[in-house]
Amino acid sequence: MQKYAHFKGLTIPLLLLLPQLAITVVFFYWPASQAVWQSFLLQDAFGISTEFVWFENYRDLFSKPEYYKALINTGIFSVFVALLSLSLALLFAVMADRQIRGAEIYKTLLIWPYAVAPAIAGVLWIFMFDPSLGMLARGLQSLGVAWNPRLNGNDAMTLVILAATWKQISYNFLFFLAGLQSIPKSVIEAAVIDGARPMRRFWTIVFPLLSPTTFFLLVVNLVYVFFDTFGIIDTISGGGPSGATETLVYKVYSDGKGGTNLGGSAAQSVILLIMVIGMTAFQFRFIERKVNY
Amino acid sequence: MTFKLKTLTAVGAFALAAASPALAQTEIQWWHAMTGANNDVVVKLAEEFNASQKDYKVVVAYKGSYPDTLNAGIAAFRAGNAPHIMQVFEVGTATMMSAKGAIKPVADVMKDAGESFDPKSYLPAITGYYSTTKGEMLSFPFNSSSMVMWYNKDALKKAGLPEAPPKTWPEVFEAAKKLKAAGFDKCGFSTAWTTWANIEQLGAWHNVPVGTKANGFDGFDTEFRINSDLFVKHLTNLANLQKEGVFSYSGRTNTGEGRFTSGECPLFLTSSAFFGNVKANAKFDWSNAPMPYYPDVAGAPQNSIIGGASLWVMGGKKADEYKGVAKFFTFLSDVDRQVKLHTESGYLPITKAAYEKVKASGFYKQNPYLETPLLELNNKEPTDNSRGVRFGGLVQIRDIWSEEIEAALNGQKTPKAALDAANDRGNQALRQFERTAK
Repeated sequence: MQKYAHFKGLTIPLLLLLPQLAITVVFFYWPASQAVWQSFLLQDAFGISTEFVWFENYRDLFSKPEYYKALINTGIFSVFVALLSLSLALLFAVMADRQIRGAEIYKTLLIWPYAVAPAIAGVLWIFMFDPSLGMLARGLQSLGVAWNPRLNGNDAMTLVILAATWKQISYNFLFFLAGLQSIPKSVIEAAVIDGARPMRRFWTIVFPLLSPTTFFLLVVNLVYVFFDTFGIIDTISGGGPSGATETLVYKVYSDGKGGTNLGGSAAQSVILLIMVIGMTAFQFRFIERKVNY
Repeated sequence: MTFKLKTLTAVGAFALAAASPALAQTEIQWWHAMTGANNDVVVKLAEEFNASQKDYKVVVAYKGSYPDTLNAGIAAFRAGNAPHIMQVFEVGTATMMSAKGAIKPVADVMKDAGESFDPKSYLPAITGYYSTTKGEMLSFPFNSSSMVMWYNKDALKKAGLPEAPPKTWPEVFEAAKKLKAAGFDKCGFSTAWTTWANIEQLGAWHNVPVGTKANGFDGFDTEFRINSDLFVKHLTNLANLQKEGVFSYSGRTNTGEGRFTSGECPLFLTSSAFFGNVKANAKFDWSNAPMPYYPDVAGAPQNSIIGGASLWVMGGKKADEYKGVAKFFTFLSDVDRQVKLHTESGYLPITKAAYEKVKASGFYKQNPYLETPLLELNNKEPTDNSRGVRFGGLVQIRDIWSEEIEAALNGQKTPKAALDAANDRGNQALRQFERTAK
């Protein structure tokens, strides 16, 4: 039996590939190359005077303590968001996978937050936790907690982590649930007959079988925290107070859009691009080995 | 791609022109950032202008917040599609004026079109901000405001304070302490627009420079002076009072303004354009007063500086289009129109004649809070330190300053160290701007 379909000649395969390639070139390679080019330029906002400055924008970045601070913030932010959203989503998925009444409603409700735009998610959380407006903030204050994300960096970081996690749980939940449902019942039943307790069944059978899903989600979540979270940060804290919640991607956004420092902003996005390529390569090279397909 | 589009547009325009020669109206694109009631004002102005004559048609387009509108305009210019008129907030002034070739000074637009135009008929405190040091008007003032102190009369009464609001900063601090003791324990006083209140307006109001070269008016090779005594003293006071819970930080922009209308903060410094909001939402007796000052600073108070936005005319358009723009600006300068705009929207009148007319009508007797910003602006003849601020990249620099002020308020840095850092980082941004603005 033939395993793959074969096309004769090159024309048809190329034609079939063309739309995909065209989209990639137009929406990825072209803008990415523009970013690289822009990162070597010093230019005013209107693009009237342009000077080619080689690596000056990069040197400038690495000479500023704020950039290192943003780097550390990104580390803290991404580790917490990825860990929290993955583990909570897994917990919810395992719960939802059981035979319970009204499971469909429960699942639907868990998926809903994914439909909320990042900026709206940010606003929702600020409505709950704003020190003057927020119901929950008032609750905290009445318990004697000096909650003030407006001025306290740790409070602000906690808030953006919670909002970004909340936003991502649905997505992770969906994949974990699908992963759980694709595990053959017979395997679990065999383990039950062998007398394995639920926890042991989970760690020795379910979790390893979920590893491709977990690995995929790890990559996706990392891309999410690196690129998709600036809407949340913008609406909740605007990178403040005092730069406590300024992550790398937020800095790209605020320097480029608000500050019209296009060269510096482009240099930052190039660095970010290299970092994500590096991390994805690392994950596929080393972590993927532990994945059983 | 662009070429093709242009050809297509040209062909389309030609076809239209050929089909309807009687309707040879010249379109004037006006991009703005006004929402809500102010958006209605913009739309109504355009409609009135369009109805008043047949040759030109002003088409308005809302482009988002002030920074969004500025970015949209910049992007459109880079793509060769800039609108004729762009509303730009005062912070973007240096960015616009450095873009030679991208803009056309309003003075030239009026002169070329042969419109009668006397820069002296406009309020100097407002036009000074948008003119060169030689007095050439670069952009047309549209919506201007200044910073005032809003106060809650009921709260002052509750705390046993005199009916007249505190005048000086030491008085404000004392009043805020009493307010805290009287139950306003979350916030005695606060400010919106952190750097506008505590750096830019503070400097002008005390005749102390924010930067060299007349606060940037005399050239881009300017340096900041925001770590001088006055600023350090003020920030030290704020940081100490923040610790005591008497002052309470309300964020970088005006997002904290709701703390005044909800009754949480009885003394609140923010824009005079907050008027509409206060009128609609405050459920207590309120008014406003001039900004407080430090009585030990000689000559204080000086005069305040404006905020809000002006209209910039973009470069590279046809003579006929500029004529339409000029006609529209003449239309906007009309005394009765200015009177109406001022008394209905709360924005400042831009011409002296309009101000005098409102004053003569006795309107301010019933609505004194609408005159406060004008009294502040005209308090004294503006000096080099109080004409305004014109620094390139001020949008970004304000964020840098806010970052450092926040670090002082939450105790991470001493006020002096924070302002030193703010000054240095601001200077770095200025040097970068200077290099690109040739």
